[in-house]
Parts: sequence; structure tokens; C-alpha cells
Amino acid sequence: MTETVLVEAREATLSFGRTPALRGASLAVTAGEILAIMGPSGSGKSTLLHCLAGILTPDSGEIRFDGRRLDTLRERERSALRRERFGFVFQSGQLVPELTAEENVAMPLLLAGVRRARALAEARSWFGRLGLDGLERRRSGELSGGQAQRIALARALVARPDVLFADEPTGALDSLTGEHVMDLLVTAARDGGTTVVLVTHEARVAACADRELVVRDGKVTTLTRTAS
Amino acid sequence: MSVPLALLGLLEREPSHGYDLKRDYDTYFGRGKPLSTSQVYSTLGRLARDGKVVAGDPEPGAGPDRKRYVITELGVTEVETWLAEPAEAEPHLQTVLFTKVVLALMLGRDAAAYLDAQRAAHLQRMRELTEIKRSGPLVDKLLADHAMFHLEADLRWIDLTEARLGALASEVGR
Repeated sequence: MTETVLVEAREATLSFGRTPALRGASLAVTAGEILAIMGPSGSGKSTLLHCLAGILTPDSGEIRFDGRRLDTLRERERSALRRERFGFVFQSGQLVPELTAEENVAMPLLLAGVRRARALAEARSWFGRLGLDGLERRRSGELSGGQAQRIALARALVARPDVLFADEPTGALDSLTGEHVMDLLVTAARDGGTTVVLVTHEARVAACADRELVVRDGKVTTLTRTAS
Repeated sequence: MSVPLALLGLLEREPSHGYDLKRDYDTYFGRGKPLSTSQVYSTLGRLARDGKVVAGDPEPGAGPDRKRYVITELGVTEVETWLAEPAEAEPHLQTVLFTKVVLALMLGRDAAAYLDAQRAAHLQRMRELTEIKRSGPLVDKLLADHAMFHLEADLRWIDLTEARLGALASEVGR
């Protein structure tokens, strides 16, 4: 069976001032795959993730999504693509503190123009699935780290994105809570056929992925395939 | 794993026949290496000789040995002492990983490539353990966790060693 490449970087370079972050990074992520990007601090792994997600634009090279150049799109088009096709989870939930948990989860749908009642109903359907029943009306200050991160996960997945980009999604959690969040992330991604690109420095998080690669000095230097 | 002490511990839980002890040991501690029946009975014989268990009178039933074994006060003390003592902290660095890296550097071979291969092998094993954790009972999860934390320690050592390869090469290289 031919594997469809959904996300791709070709010889991407990017410098912040005089400091090079990416020095010709290339990778391809196939549809439905869960890929872990590992590497030492400062290696460029988060920068690579942000380029793949269209948050940053490389100085040279190409970023492609679903066969289309992402790096040459206008910001407005990239923004729409991020909103409609991508989901994001970061190290700390980054919930909007003024909104309730269910409003946070519904936000991508509301931004996409879905009516409020429908968006909230769809958002609520994720609470039971992620073990969050009863927390719908809480605000971020009333949630534990693990709860906030599960809310963030629901928000990332509620619009059923093609790709979920996760940057150290368990970095602020203890081992057991982190494991729970990763179980939910993997299960939800598999159920929804969502492709996942995951940056982590934790081997046990990378072990949840189908495949891992290592970024060193701004280059993708290792690519290993699972035997299965 | 100390087989005699594990059997003693199971007997502290409740008096048992040899057959039941073997079954319980294999269930909780066997992990793919079940005890042989002869090993169970020879161990029970030694424990009885040393006064740590006593064997009851033979009971009617199928099989050659239907004796029920009961732990003694001496046996309980031994289990208690053993469970309170930390196991020896093994010097994990004196392993094949360390030897291979140093030898590779001594011989001018590609130690970084070896570390990458080892990293991939470790992550593959961690992936298998993650699958066991996802689908197995809690006892298996505990064991998988233990194995994964050790693999993670190795991986951290691999990361750090990789960062030190240049310095190490100048120290041990030819």
C-alpha cells in the first residue's frame, strides 16, 4: 500500500538573527502516522515543528502540507489552514483563563463559524471521552495541570484536524498524569485518523509514537522505522 | 529474584501445597520463567530443613505430595528482614554499553553510530513495553514501568555520552 505523505519539510533552513536554528532539515510524515521528534535542548526540534505547522516560515527550503507549499502561502491563508486543518497542544495548556473549560474546547469551532449552541454541544461530547465529566464550567485556575492539558487536547481535536502538532505535551506533568494524557492523545488520534507530529525530550513519550527521529544542530540526523 | 524468599513470602500470605505455591509464583514472579516442580519441592525441603517452614501430614488426593506447608516464626523473620533491606545498587555503567563506547573510541571506530543504533534499539523496546502497558494487567504494567525507567536511564546516559564523545575520544582515543 502506498503511504501518502501529508506533512513534509525539504531542506528547511531558518536563522534567528545570526543564530541558525535549522540547517537543511528534511522529513516526511505519512497520513495517520504518529511521529516523535526528539533531540537535545536547542537542537531546533521545536523550530522544526513550528515550521511544519506554518507558525514560522523557513528562510529557504520548502514546507508542504497535503502536497501544497505551505511556506509560500500568504499569512492569511496559512492562518486559515492552521485553524481548519491543524490542532495544537503545547507544554502548558495555554487555556484562555476568562473562558470556561467547555468554551475553551469549543473555541476552534466558534472561530470556524459554528453556532455557539452546536459548538458547545460538540465540545461537551469530549469531556466524557477524556475523563473530564463535571469540569465543563470550570475555568483554568480551577483545574489541575493534568485536567488543563486534557482540556487543551480536547480543544486541539474538537474540529477534527488532519494533523495534531504537540510540543512537549506532557512536559509539565508528573509521570502518571503524563502517561494518561499520552494514552488519550494516541487513542483519540488513532480513532480519528489524525496524523500527529510530536516534539518531546522524553523517551517514554516518544515510545507512544510509530516512529521517532532525532534533530541535531538543526538537521534531521536519525530516522528509524519500527519493525512492525 | 530469590526463589526461596519469594516462596517463603507466599507462604507467609497463607499456608499452601507445593502445587499452589508453584502456580502463585509463576503467576506473580515467573514472567516467562516458570519454576520446575522439582525446584519447588527441593526448595521447600531445604526451607523445612532450616526450620523456616514445616510440612503438615500428607493429605488424601491425587499426586505424590499433598502436604500443606506453613511458615515458621524464623521464616517470617527472614522474609521481614529481606523485605526491609535495599537490594545492592548495581554499577550499571560497567555494562556492555560503556565497554562498546570506550572500545569504539579506542579503536577509532564510529561510537556515535553505535550510540544511535543503541538508542533506536532502546526506543523500540520501550515501544513494545508501552504496548504491554496499554493492553496488559496492572502487574504487567508495573514491571513494564520498571523496565522503561531503566531504559530511560540508559537513554539519558546515551544522550550525555554522545555530547561528551569529542572529549572522551581525546582522552581514550589513539
